[in-house]
Amino acid sequence: MRFTINGRSYELDPDIRTSLLDLLREHLDLTGSKKGCDHGQCGACTILVNGRRINSCLTLAVMHQDDDITTIEGIGTPENPHPMQQAFVRHDGYQCGYCTPGQICSAVGMLDEVAKGWPSHVTADLGAVELDEAEISERMSGNLCRCSAYPGIVDAIGDVAGAKP
Amino acid sequence: MRTFDYARADTPEAAVAGFAQTGTRFIAGGTNLLDLMKLQIETPTRLVDISRLPLADIEEREDGGLTIGALVPNSDLAADKRVIAKYEMLSRALLAGASGQLRNKATTGGNLLQRTRCNYFYDTAAPCNKRAPGTGCAAIGGFNRIMAVLGTSDHCIASHPSDMAVAMRALDATLVTLRAEGGQRRIPIAEFHLPPGDTPHIETVLQPGELITHIELPPPPAGRQIYRKVRDRASYAFALVSVAGAVSVEDGRIASATLAFGGLGVMPWRDPAVERALIGQAPGSPAFEAAADALLAPAKGHGSNDFKIPLARRTLISCLRHLTGTSL
Repeated sequence: MRFTINGRSYELDPDIRTSLLDLLREHLDLTGSKKGCDHGQCGACTILVNGRRINSCLTLAVMHQDDDITTIEGIGTPENPHPMQQAFVRHDGYQCGYCTPGQICSAVGMLDEVAKGWPSHVTADLGAVELDEAEISERMSGNLCRCSAYPGIVDAIGDVAGAKP
Repeated sequence: MRTFDYARADTPEAAVAGFAQTGTRFIAGGTNLLDLMKLQIETPTRLVDISRLPLADIEEREDGGLTIGALVPNSDLAADKRVIAKYEMLSRALLAGASGQLRNKATTGGNLLQRTRCNYFYDTAAPCNKRAPGTGCAAIGGFNRIMAVLGTSDHCIASHPSDMAVAMRALDATLVTLRAEGGQRRIPIAEFHLPPGDTPHIETVLQPGELITHIELPPPPAGRQIYRKVRDRASYAFALVSVAGAVSVEDGRIASATLAFGGLGVMPWRDPAVERALIGQAPGSPAFEAAADALLAPAKGHGSNDFKIPLARRTLISCLRHLTGTSL
């Protein structure tokens, strides 16, 4: 099987049952994506596939051979962090940090959805999306944080969204 | 997870042809199937990957309706400008379901095929007639807060979890399938899901190897539309009660009404008696109470879900006030 992850090509032959998350963590040593519940409930495994955020635990690696996969390792590096990563640091958007890679990938994907004009459950007029705290909370409800760093997470995302031209 | 053979299909015809043996399942978004495979509740021996089939478009038809490809992701369907403009209840139902990540993966066809399920279905140590036919139902007499109050049997009381399907039911969607032996079949959504009866493991009329290719929506119903979902937390939770509907009022009388319900039934629930109780009546409490009476006359609580019956009454009446612009 051939995969494109963070702009790099990989060729390997994992067990057919391998989830995309296990491929990243167990076969490619890309351990930034985390396994929390392994059932799509916690969001710690969130990555971007063709720019869209998904739960990497709930999909098979074999189904993503022709896709463009971006993990937290491809979002930014310690030397060159993504604006969202910088904002999480600035706003204290974590405590233990376990959910953070998923939160950040999810937030990056979510802001792209907002830019496309996608409404949410709390959008009053489905044709006119304006990002506020309630919108951020609703759109991030697939990412749990057991340390409950939610206020910092919402602030960090709002900061990045506001910084957009 | 049990191991399986895997094949990717390039055409719908090839997908159906690849479904030759028992134990085969189609996989598209996979968000429900893989979840259940990890627990060995689903144990397919062969997966036919249909996720790359060219069935991800939404097209307007001449009659004013929409044809939705079975592989359109839930997020794309919810955000489609034509859906927002003409079928707001569908957009709102989709947005009320699951999480952003799941909606990005889950497909329109898959949403209709997600398993009707409860906590005991997931608990492989508990008896469950749906998971293991003939073993009994742990939900009856167990913790059944989220279970159904309409359409249940002595064998199963699980509620249907979809929000989207409730809106599709109110909108009179039709499923278009490709049959295993070739040829199309059109299935009105009213005839698609099956009540549990004494075979709760059979949830739809879909035959082995039959593939949903499209979902057709007729032109939108008259009047204001709503999807209201009542749940235990504000986001990312199944409905306790939900209402999808449209009601039009002409000359002070209700001219048309379509109403479907989630969280209450063993399948997306619609009862013509509810609409009959409304049509021709003046909007107001007598008609709204009569509609709730009609909906809930056959309702049966199982202990910890008894509250759903009064909750459904209040939610329906509140929605009808909104839909008809009637104040208290």
